[in-house]
Amino acid sequence: MELGFLLGSLLKIIAIIAYIYGLMWVLGRPSIWAKIAGLVGAFAVVQLALTDINGFRLLNNFDNGLLFQACAMTMVALGLNLIYGFNGQFSLGQWGFYGIGAYAAADITYRWINGDARGLLVLGLGTLLGTLVLIGINTWLQRFRGIPVLSSFTLYLIGALIAGTVAVYLGNQLNPLITPLLGTAGEPGPLNTPAVQQIIYFLSVILAGIFAAQISFLFGLPVLTLGSDYFGIATLGFTIVVNTLMVNSDTILPFPEMKGGRGMIGIPKLTTWFSAFFFMMLVIIIMRNLIHSSTGRSLVAVREDEVAAKAMGIDVAGAKLFAFVVGSFFAGLGGAVYAHYIGFLSPGTFDFLAGFNPLIIVVFGGLGSMTGTITATFGWIFFLEGMLRVLLSQMGTEAPTWRFVLYPITLLLLMLIRPQGLLGSVEWGFLKGPQFTPAPRSRPEPAHESVA
Amino acid sequence: MEMKSNGNKPTVLEIRGLTKFFGGLAAVRNFDLTLKQGELVGLIGPNGAGKTTVFNMITGLYVPTSGEIYFNGTNVVGLEPHEITRMGIARTFQNIRLFPNLTVLDNVRIAYHPHCGYTLTDGLLRTPRFSAKEKELTEQALNFLSIFQLDRIYNEVAKNLPYGEQRRVEIARALACNPQLLLLDEPAAGMNPREIIELMDLIHFIRERFDLTILLIEHQMRVVMGICEWITVMDFGQVIARGTPKEIQENPLVIEAYLGKGVTHVA
Repeated sequence: MELGFLLGSLLKIIAIIAYIYGLMWVLGRPSIWAKIAGLVGAFAVVQLALTDINGFRLLNNFDNGLLFQACAMTMVALGLNLIYGFNGQFSLGQWGFYGIGAYAAADITYRWINGDARGLLVLGLGTLLGTLVLIGINTWLQRFRGIPVLSSFTLYLIGALIAGTVAVYLGNQLNPLITPLLGTAGEPGPLNTPAVQQIIYFLSVILAGIFAAQISFLFGLPVLTLGSDYFGIATLGFTIVVNTLMVNSDTILPFPEMKGGRGMIGIPKLTTWFSAFFFMMLVIIIMRNLIHSSTGRSLVAVREDEVAAKAMGIDVAGAKLFAFVVGSFFAGLGGAVYAHYIGFLSPGTFDFLAGFNPLIIVVFGGLGSMTGTITATFGWIFFLEGMLRVLLSQMGTEAPTWRFVLYPITLLLLMLIRPQGLLGSVEWGFLKGPQFTPAPRSRPEPAHESVA
Repeated sequence: MEMKSNGNKPTVLEIRGLTKFFGGLAAVRNFDLTLKQGELVGLIGPNGAGKTTVFNMITGLYVPTSGEIYFNGTNVVGLEPHEITRMGIARTFQNIRLFPNLTVLDNVRIAYHPHCGYTLTDGLLRTPRFSAKEKELTEQALNFLSIFQLDRIYNEVAKNLPYGEQRRVEIARALACNPQLLLLDEPAAGMNPREIIELMDLIHFIRERFDLTILLIEHQMRVVMGICEWITVMDFGQVIARGTPKEIQENPLVIEAYLGKGVTHVA
């Protein structure tokens, strides 16, 4: 066993945690320039570590892979923490939305580089029309009182299906206008330069997020009326359905390029450190601003006591749906970033057993702690996937299997020693949200003379 | 009975023929009640008389089997609980329902959510309006807490507070909803005599200060008799008596409901 490797890995994990702490600290400074400088600096440090300088790189290819995996997982886990940790809805569906995001974004860019614009057109128009239709139906339903959930769900579903059909039709009609500009994979056209591909990639990530969010809206509307445990089972079912559809994407779904159970190969590897960092920070900032606002407080209130939340004027069903949709949006973004890093999607990755990973991370890091989720994701990926795997593989070919003995034992111990998770509900710097110190007040008006 | 000085005040709450069946059991049957602006009315009755069920129907947690509830002239039957709260009806609960893991301040600030004054977009983009309104509502929440002498413990987690303070936080939270009608469900339950006297002062004070109409469920006779102007007595889901505290104390039906048959002669 190599002591050097062990020490190096430990050092890396400590450095990563210090890095996250520093980033959150600098983002927590009041000055906007400090925040921008911190973001640019944090980006540059890692970019430098990834660059080849005279044949030396601080982070090798293996670490590189772990880094991108951790970025994608951070988005997924933060989304789940919003749903489970902050809103209190036990969900196993996060992995399904992750898969939907990955496949949707991969399909857009894969088709694009192969001279087919329909992926972008259909999904772009579909999400746009779908959003308009859903908002329209919602506004119209506001006029009525006491509509059963299933009735409104049926309306939304019909609306979404019509929007989808129109999008497919328009996409097929508009496609011939763009196709000549795309060229083929062998001879790229003017719209297939690396710069344009990056733009398409950014669009595809955002569209994948919105698409996942729309699916989650339609799924969540009827299912969120279930109580917590039943909701968990229903979302588990969702993940399994999505996985089955992936395995059969070339037979029962009309997507031959996804190649079903054989896995989708040839996805352009467009994820750079810039985009991974950009989307991860986007998710972190949205999440933090959301949690530390009145809406965020209402989400937490629903977790704490639904009946009391209702009596405080909070729309409990709406709050649950909102958290679920935003959480799934994050998962969709994460999936899209992951797909364009790895370049190969297999349904095995989105198996429901793997879907427990974000759940474990969220519980490990602390329910209701954003800091906990972020550090737990990086720690988990670099410890489990990185250090432990390499270390054990040096002890014999069968040894890596011990990972799945050591790691559940770690979990067991943690749950026994610290059931509230590693960080409980502690937040660092930026993630703490706005602080205030109340002015020392001299009693303005005594309410009542207390009886001595 | 004469209508005192409240005769020409506008009606805040009017309940007509309210009935609720749970299966074959009539929890509330043909319940009528009218509250005028600024009144403090007590609702009493033995355990299981249906008092809390009435509260749950007013606040929309239960949908009545039949009957109407008019709040400021609008029928609120069939509205969602949060819509009813936003119209101006706030309540406390018999078994305290605070948000246990949140601080006292956040418990009160949550009540500001429907009228926080900024949108979700303001919150996400951290606009100046967000900062201004957030500061304002925090100040207001602290003001409420200082009225209830809770401002020193604003940062305490709610579940760690002693019982009496939890009660006060719950009332402060209900007031932060900016209600016109306040429903108090057994506020004196589990309090010692000294705390009860303080509570009675407090209820008087908030009624004057916030210009409230209050409907109160209570078991402690000294609270009800001490502060209510009118009392409605329920038994087995039905109203058995109405009147001033003095009239209620002398009503044979009420004595019978509380103490059983035959006691009337002794009393």
